[in-house]
Amino acid sequence: MAVMTYREALNLALREEMRRDPNVFVIGEEVGLYEGAYKVTQGLLREFGPRRVVDTPIAESGFTGVGIGAAMTGLRPVVEMMTFNFALVAVDQIVNTAAKIRYMSGGQYHVPIVIRGPGGPAAQLGAQHSQSMESYFYHVPGLKVVRPTTPMDAKGLLKSSIRDDDPVIFIESETLYNVKGDVPEDPDFLIPLGQAIVRREGTDVTVIAYMGMCYRAMEVAEELAAEGISVEIVDPRTLRPMDTESIIGSVRKTHRAVVVEAGAGFAGMGSEIAAFITERAFDDLDAPVERVTGANAPMPYARNLEKLKTPSKDRIAAAVRRVCYANGG
Amino acid sequence: MAKTITRQEPALGVDAELARRLLGEMLLIRRFEEKAAEAYALGKIGGFLHLYIGEEAVAVGATSVLRPDDYAISAYREHGHCLAKGSDPRRAMAELYGRRDGLSKGKGGSMHLFDRSVNFLGGHAIVGAHLPVAAGVGFGIKYRGGDQVVVCYFGDGAVPQGEFHESMNLVALWKLPVIYVCENNRYAMGTSTERALAQTEIWQFGRTYGIPAERVDGMDVLAVREAVGRAVERARADKTPALIEADTYRFRGHSMRDPAGAVYRTREEVEREKQRDPIALFRGYALAAKLVTDDDVRTLEKDAVDRVDEAVAFADASPEPPGEWLFTDIYGEPPREA
Repeated sequence: MAVMTYREALNLALREEMRRDPNVFVIGEEVGLYEGAYKVTQGLLREFGPRRVVDTPIAESGFTGVGIGAAMTGLRPVVEMMTFNFALVAVDQIVNTAAKIRYMSGGQYHVPIVIRGPGGPAAQLGAQHSQSMESYFYHVPGLKVVRPTTPMDAKGLLKSSIRDDDPVIFIESETLYNVKGDVPEDPDFLIPLGQAIVRREGTDVTVIAYMGMCYRAMEVAEELAAEGISVEIVDPRTLRPMDTESIIGSVRKTHRAVVVEAGAGFAGMGSEIAAFITERAFDDLDAPVERVTGANAPMPYARNLEKLKTPSKDRIAAAVRRVCYANGG
Repeated sequence: MAKTITRQEPALGVDAELARRLLGEMLLIRRFEEKAAEAYALGKIGGFLHLYIGEEAVAVGATSVLRPDDYAISAYREHGHCLAKGSDPRRAMAELYGRRDGLSKGKGGSMHLFDRSVNFLGGHAIVGAHLPVAAGVGFGIKYRGGDQVVVCYFGDGAVPQGEFHESMNLVALWKLPVIYVCENNRYAMGTSTERALAQTEIWQFGRTYGIPAERVDGMDVLAVREAVGRAVERARADKTPALIEADTYRFRGHSMRDPAGAVYRTREEVEREKQRDPIALFRGYALAAKLVTDDDVRTLEKDAVDRVDEAVAFADASPEPPGEWLFTDIYGEPPREA
């Protein structure tokens, strides 16, 4: 076990998989010579050379399609989106081609591709560079969607994604790249896709949160412990396929649930999670499921407005108290 | 615009066997498409059905210079490309019928024929989207150090799309063994090239990107064969990409929902273009050059009809896909969600 940043964990995952499998290559804008806009691919060009670390022109649709064609014929591309916002330029390639090739070909072809990069709320980057991106992808059958919260998850999940035979949307976060944590150095360390993790055990209420919202919820949980509220935090880690069993299991224990998501709430991840909890664990619930979501507005630039856009600790705490009927709800 | 094949002597390397093959394959595609149109009228084929009738020389001429391990990829008017690459017409017809013995188990349909056994990478139905995918296939060939090539067919309708230009740039920049064959049938659905393109000489875009490019009579199977043959030779030798514009014409409407000779082109134009029928032209040429006899032609005609009848019978007999197949082939292994 070593302590390293989330960025270093991703870098290590890429290196290990490229060393293990000669068919793995990295492609995207500024991944080679520039060493990555966020330095996730630092040092890869030096170690693996330009054949396997491929700088592209600004042509997201084009180089995503290149990745898909290479994947259909036996390679394992890792396509970097400098920020995941740019993946919207390639959304047709991802949704209509990568996700559907296996199905449309009746299983003859498959697309083992990872499309990765940072997405989600960032610091004053404005409406086009700061938004939750997962909702544009997790609706699509054929895609897997990963959101790794910790450095350990970043490494273990990226390695599993690269080894996976299906297209994986792997969305990191600018705000987490410098977060440090324990990371296993074992090159065979993997975290399977589709497994949630209990980040904090508790008995009164289950909070489901991932990425930055998971860290925020952890702080709230500590503060509420002082009030006598015991919060369990479940991080889905993979949004599709989702580990519904672990979430339902936690709710059956605590009988209350709050879903936190940074993205706009309308038809968001929180809606989906609240729906399946209600469908499958209604009789176990002692209170309606609460959602704490990002405002239904584009991301503003002004610092004060930006703060209002994403769920605050106060809003998370208030929702937890409400479902616990504490402080007058 | 109407042209005829004026060759009198056998073209280089064309012998009786090749002539029979080229004619036989074009006839197979023609008969297949005619039967598909009938089946559509009978309600046995649903959705969209885009016929290749009139354009057969492009697929057959291009494929005739490929090896089995070379790749081909196409858009949604792809029946001809798939059959030319060597697919079993029975399984192709069963796919059009949406039956379990179809190439894609009935899940793809007319616009999504795939056949891994002959390296046919699919029919893709978002205009322009498969051009970058073809570049990726070329990237993979080069990455592995192979000497295969990939032929990517698309229509003039894909040329104004950004992905056409991104692909031209990438294959030129990275020198990938991709041969882009533009089937210019002069109409993207109902929009003529004059109404869609600032540069209607599509092959000229190759020059812009530094890619060897040429325009060829797409109704002359031997001319297509020679142009693609040159491109294949370059691509095998040093990964040089190519852009070939094949001047062709579809004799039917855009799809079965568009009656031929509809609002966007005149009946006279369609009738005039039918004088360039690639099968009639090549049959005439091959007979005149004594590459085939009348008997050969009759045999080839009969073989094509027989094979297509057999394909229809096979498709008719094939059961519908079972209900549980709705959920198979989505992921490599069943995900945990239902």
